[in-house]
Amino acid sequence: MTAVAEKPQTVETKRPVDPNQSFTASRFPIYLTCVIIAVLWLIPALGLMVSSFRAPQAIRANGWWTVFGEIFNSATWTLENYATVLDQGFGNAFANSLAVTIPSVVIPITVAAFAAYAFAWMDFPGRTILFALVVALIVVPLQMTLIPILRIYTDLDITGTFPGVWLAHTGFGLPLAIYLLRNYMGSLPSSLIESAQIDGAGPYTIFTRLIIPLSTPVLAAFATLQFLWVWNDYLVALVFLGVADPTKEVVTVALAALKGRGEGALSLLPAGAMVSMILPLVVFFALQRYFVRGLTAGSVKG
Amino acid sequence: MTTPLLPTDEDVEVSHPTGEPGSRDNSLQVWVLRILSALVVPAVLGLFFFTFQFLQDSSRNKVIQIVVAIVVGVGGVWLLYWAMDRLVSLLPERAEAGVRPFVFAGPALVILGFYLVYPTIDTIITSLRDSSGEEFVGFANYVVIFTEAIYIEALRNSFIWAIVVPVICVVVGLVIATLADRMPRKTESSFKSLIFLPLAVSFVGASVVFTFIYNFRPEGFGEQIGLLNSIVAAWGGDPVDWLRVPFWNNLFLMVILIWTQTGFAMVILSSAVKGVPEDIVEAARIDGANEWQVFRRITVPTIASTIVVVWTTILITTWKVYDIVAVTTGGRDGTSVVAERMVTEFFTFQNNGVGAALAVVLLIVVTPILVINVRRFRQQEATR
Repeated sequence: MTAVAEKPQTVETKRPVDPNQSFTASRFPIYLTCVIIAVLWLIPALGLMVSSFRAPQAIRANGWWTVFGEIFNSATWTLENYATVLDQGFGNAFANSLAVTIPSVVIPITVAAFAAYAFAWMDFPGRTILFALVVALIVVPLQMTLIPILRIYTDLDITGTFPGVWLAHTGFGLPLAIYLLRNYMGSLPSSLIESAQIDGAGPYTIFTRLIIPLSTPVLAAFATLQFLWVWNDYLVALVFLGVADPTKEVVTVALAALKGRGEGALSLLPAGAMVSMILPLVVFFALQRYFVRGLTAGSVKG
Repeated sequence: MTTPLLPTDEDVEVSHPTGEPGSRDNSLQVWVLRILSALVVPAVLGLFFFTFQFLQDSSRNKVIQIVVAIVVGVGGVWLLYWAMDRLVSLLPERAEAGVRPFVFAGPALVILGFYLVYPTIDTIITSLRDSSGEEFVGFANYVVIFTEAIYIEALRNSFIWAIVVPVICVVVGLVIATLADRMPRKTESSFKSLIFLPLAVSFVGASVVFTFIYNFRPEGFGEQIGLLNSIVAAWGGDPVDWLRVPFWNNLFLMVILIWTQTGFAMVILSSAVKGVPEDIVEAARIDGANEWQVFRRITVPTIASTIVVVWTTILITTWKVYDIVAVTTGGRDGTSVVAERMVTEFFTFQNNGVGAALAVVLLIVVTPILVINVRRFRQQEATR
């Protein structure tokens, strides 16, 4: 987050010193527009971050921008809100989010990788039709599936369980995963696979020893997409987990509940939101390259 | 989990066809392995079952539960595939080649069938039945959603969202991508990261972020802590309850989605802008084209297909938006949208028929995109 706060400064200081693109009057409007856009995009996030470190009474008393008058006063800053929200369910919700997200990323990747390999390199009846179905399923809205699946889950008594949510996320993530992985695996040179076959490797060995390592970029790209998708999901977690078993609520559900408490919980909202965002932001910055690649590949779908 | 077992895997396949005399130990080993692998599938299923029981018991230690859940969930899936593959390799060679694709692709197809295909068909059928799902009522639910005010409002709002949000995201994203392209490299990447950042934030989180922009306090209830109202107050105006202003509150909610999605448009368009051939741009400049003309006549036409893709993707996201409306206004004050209305009908009013009909409306609008995707895939396959 600190890195973000420093960025607009970079915009201003770097400009005149750069020898290649020296500052000229004609460029001024461009830079002005960029600075305005940057500030517009930064302000909401900055406000939240600053607020989360302010004393609860101060958050309720006046706007977060007033801190800039007393920025060096140590009485301005406190971790009190974080302690309170972690104690009031966000610690538990964070653990639940992890328990939901990790398998919900790994299971679809595994299932999709096996399927993608079959679609790319094995011959079986109905291959093209089935893959066309997968392509079609990419855009089916999640909302279409809620009523029937919840009905089945209720009959099986698996609402409010982690495996139920994992499988739901697996189902919703699979079409895009299979599509991305199959296109990538299909573009690997067939000579590689043939030579492995000549060396006596079976399909399973070829898959785990050759295809999976070679597909790391696309696996990482999808993993990043799916991680952010599952962690940030509200509807699936609410319907299949939060309503049935409130002790298993994830961070988004906890945050929405806190927001629902209105003015009374206002001072806890920024810290709660920060707790819910911290991990996706870390993942996002660490894996931005893969994420962009996944987005680029995913958006050119079909 | 699978890696250490792999050498034996190769042993089996090599030793089997050669079958040299004196490899009796080996074949015993093979049989043990065969029996073990046959037992793995039921064992894994049993493991799943007991884990389930364990996870249901809420008196246990939370951390241990979660660790067990992750280990079993992740490890179990790999183990299951491995075991099924072993089982298939017990088959005669020809049958093996026929069955293996279904071992690899089968689980995915079953999951897709269960979580997407069946529910879609079921929802369509539900939409033709009454609220309890007992009587067949034909298109009555659709008549309801296209005639009653509350649903017309949701439909109208969804259409406004779908028109406004993708266009603004694409335009702003394209402006940023084009401007950023002229910056020094380092400035460009930090500038782009800043715009991109909100994409990592959940819609619920983004809604909370904007709480401190839109917050409203009636006069006499303390200082304004919402940014907009404090600006209004500084100019001497009366505070506005932004999220309750008829019609305009929809646009204020859209701002939240635009804040998160513009980064997506920007990143994709940026890589397309960088792909515009430099020599064409240079040639145009030499011919006396100004920056605007270059942008209008060269950049935009060159990246037109990317613009369409980005626009479509954001359109789908926007059309399905639920979280932002549910968390901020809950659909009150004329801000209801189809996806939000659908969940309310289903969960709050147990009105399954109308809820399902709204879900079908969501599907119908994305159907053309679905058809185009499939058609394009078929063309790709034909040229492969």
